[in-house]
Amino acid sequence: MATLQSYLMVTAILFGLGLFVVTTRRNAVGVLMGVELILNAASINFVAFAHFRGNDVAGNMFSIFIIVLAAAEAAVALALVISLFRQFGTIDVEEATTLKG
Amino acid sequence: MLKDLVFLGTAVFTIASAATVAFSRNILYSGFALLGTFAGAAVFFILLSSDFVAVTQVLIYVGGVLILVLFAIMLTSKIGDMNITNRSINYKIAIPLLLLFLGMLTQLMSGGSWDFGEEKFQSMVVPIGNGLLTEYLLPFEVISIALLGALVGAVVIVRREIK
Amino acid sequence: MLNMVWLVPILPLIGAFLNGGYSFSGKKLVRPLVHTIACGAILGSFLVTLLTFIHFLGLPSEERSVTVTLFSWLNLTNVKADVAFLIDPLSLVMMMIITGVGSVIHIYSIGYMSHEKSYARYFAYLNLFCFAMLCLVMGSNLLILFVGWEGVGLCSYLLIGFWFHEKKNAVAGMKAFLVNRVGDFAFICGTMLLLWSLVSVGQGTVTYTELKGAVHLLTNQTVMGFPVLTVVTLLFFIGATGKSAQIPLYVWLPDAMAGPTPVSALIHAATMVTAGVYMIARLNFMYSLAPDTMNVVATVGYATAIFAASIGFTQNDIKKVLAYSTVSQLGFMFGAVGVGAYTAGVFHLMTHAFFKACLFLGSGSVIHAMSGEQDMRKMGGLKDHLPITYKTFLLATVAIAGIFPFAGFFSKDEILWHTFNKEPVLWCVGVLAALGTAIYMLRLVAMTFFGACRADEKTKHHIHESPATMTIPLIILAFLSVCGGLLGIPEALGHLVGWEHSNLLESWLEPVFAGPHHEVEAGHTMEYLLMIFSLGVALGGCYLGYTLYTRRQDIPERFVRRFPRLHRLVENKYYVDEIYQKFIVDNLLRLNQWLALFDQKVIDGIVNLTGSITKVGAFISGWFDRVFVDGLVNLSANLTLQGGRGLRLAQTGRIQDYLYVVVAISLLILFWRFS
Repeated sequence: MATLQSYLMVTAILFGLGLFVVTTRRNAVGVLMGVELILNAASINFVAFAHFRGNDVAGNMFSIFIIVLAAAEAAVALALVISLFRQFGTIDVEEATTLKG
Repeated sequence: MLKDLVFLGTAVFTIASAATVAFSRNILYSGFALLGTFAGAAVFFILLSSDFVAVTQVLIYVGGVLILVLFAIMLTSKIGDMNITNRSINYKIAIPLLLLFLGMLTQLMSGGSWDFGEEKFQSMVVPIGNGLLTEYLLPFEVISIALLGALVGAVVIVRREIK
Repeated sequence: MLNMVWLVPILPLIGAFLNGGYSFSGKKLVRPLVHTIACGAILGSFLVTLLTFIHFLGLPSEERSVTVTLFSWLNLTNVKADVAFLIDPLSLVMMMIITGVGSVIHIYSIGYMSHEKSYARYFAYLNLFCFAMLCLVMGSNLLILFVGWEGVGLCSYLLIGFWFHEKKNAVAGMKAFLVNRVGDFAFICGTMLLLWSLVSVGQGTVTYTELKGAVHLLTNQTVMGFPVLTVVTLLFFIGATGKSAQIPLYVWLPDAMAGPTPVSALIHAATMVTAGVYMIARLNFMYSLAPDTMNVVATVGYATAIFAASIGFTQNDIKKVLAYSTVSQLGFMFGAVGVGAYTAGVFHLMTHAFFKACLFLGSGSVIHAMSGEQDMRKMGGLKDHLPITYKTFLLATVAIAGIFPFAGFFSKDEILWHTFNKEPVLWCVGVLAALGTAIYMLRLVAMTFFGACRADEKTKHHIHESPATMTIPLIILAFLSVCGGLLGIPEALGHLVGWEHSNLLESWLEPVFAGPHHEVEAGHTMEYLLMIFSLGVALGGCYLGYTLYTRRQDIPERFVRRFPRLHRLVENKYYVDEIYQKFIVDNLLRLNQWLALFDQKVIDGIVNLTGSITKVGAFISGWFDRVFVDGLVNLSANLTLQGGRGLRLAQTGRIQDYLYVVVAISLLILFWRFS
């Protein structure tokens, strides 16, 4: 049951949900959550592959680095969200379109 | 057998909470549902014999990232109109895209051989510690610097101008 | 001494620059400074000339020709011309006359111009003239001669129009300049033609010494069917008629009397007007090869002599009489060189410089005394008031009339003798002119110095003898008028007293005029007869002139009454000026108008047409530019603009739109890579 394919299936669903969140949410924090979902899916995938290839260290390393980068990304993204809120009074990404050409 | 049951339960729980994140109309609910997803991921890590990564996941994601996310929600929204804070748009594009993507991944997984032999359970703490201080020392240091830079940058971005 | 000879022209030039600058600076006039500079310069020149002359006297006659080169001027493939001075007996004679008579006249000017405001300007011009004239006579080639030729023309113009505030004087200066221009044009044409033909025979040169050896190559050359030498010498002679006031270009000289009297003496009697004679004498080797030109020169010369003399009878302006007398005497000189008697021509040039300068300066003294009055009808009886002027004037008159043993006798007699040998008809004309000269000169003396004074009381009251600066030059020139002739005592007379080679001037000039000698056909007896005859003519003329204009004034009056038309014709100078005005000047002006019309209609038309064509071309090119070139440029700009406008749509500013693109491209990559 708990084969590599099943892990891949679960992470694919996770990834798809994350992608859906990222592409549809109007709330910037929501978008950030979607990104976390995607990163978690990827992280699980790495560890799964590593495990089924005989507990390879490299996969775990990748996973750790992804976690660290996610933390950094979360910190920066949340700072941006605060900044965005200050600037526009909202965190709706549909509203913040001053880069429109 | 037990392992399979735990896997199945965790998978259902994780996907359910991820779906809550995705479809809840309240951003606060989404944030709490994210906790479930992270926890599920931690269980998956244990199931995949990566105890160190699982602990890290719980520590960082649940203890750090999630708290940050919740703070951000609190700082930027009023609690009173919380129920309309998480509207979604563009289903018409997003859902076909998503389905197409999933279809393609399924297609990929169904083809080819995925059998790598017997799975083995062991603690990964020692190999990871060795790896971090030998083979992966440089990436480790680089990611440390990157993290430091990101944190400082976050502080700089978010702080108010001192007039 | 010869290495100093360049000082001769340079000193007056320096003087001219000093005084010119002084005049131009507008500083307070210090007369002694001005005339010290000017007279010092010319006296310095005279001194150097004199020393050179003495140096030459010590040389054998073959060595008396030295070229002093200052620097190279033109250095072309075919022709070379240096700024160089040719010092030989002829140029030395001329230098002596210019610097000597020039010095005397400079000194005279101190007194004559003492009330003049433009004192420094006057002396600057005078010095400049000396410089130009010295260049003319000293230059070793035709180009330097031409520079001097133009320079003296310029100075003549400046000095005739010295009192340019009066329009009459300015017009006279202009007339002199323009009439000279005609001659100068012919002169430069002649130089060009000579050079061109010499180059064509491979001997391109303008230097006299080289010309002398080269011109014989041209004897068989022709230009437009005429012998080239004849054409060249005729062109040169036309130049000479302009500068030396011969028919037909003499008209400027009487008008030139508008200048200050010392100027008339220096430029229009002693030096500049003799430039033509000098030029022909200098180029004698060319003229000797062109007998046709020689005939023209002689004929024109004698025609001028008699023509101008006849006008001299009727003029009442003292300076005009002298002017016509000058024209007449210049005619004699041309007559002399025209019959090949170059020495006689130069001799007469020299003696004429002495006595005519003396006469002009004397007339200046008279005018000075008469408070500027020049009309002889308002003079008379001045001999008691102006004793020195009277005596010197009388001596010079006797000299010009040709009485033995004064200067004019020897020179005129030599000319007439050579003419008689060559062309007896011209001799008759010459004798008539000489008779006329004697009569009108005595008329002049009689009207000015004898009889009762006809001036008004105020002028009469002012009559006074001139200061020493004016009388001393008169005395010097009178002395030269008396003794100058002794330099050229004819062989025949020298023979009588047992003095061979008595003609000092002839032996002095012999190296220059060495050429085929004219065979003397008549013997000494004939010469004596002619001398006595011409002496008789001169004496008779003097007597006639004296009588007619003192005791028997009724005779000329009756003559005038008898032939009123003739008198009016002569009095109005044969209407030559009017004829020139009507036939030449007016036609020229008309031609000018036509040319102006031509300019306006045709040239301007062509120019405007060109302009219009350019405009049309520019219009077409502009249209092309606007439509095609600008179109291309605008097209590229518009393409960019439209492209940007299109691409702008992709730039929505919404993150999720970008994300779709990312996802879609990831999908494409997956699809392409794995299926």
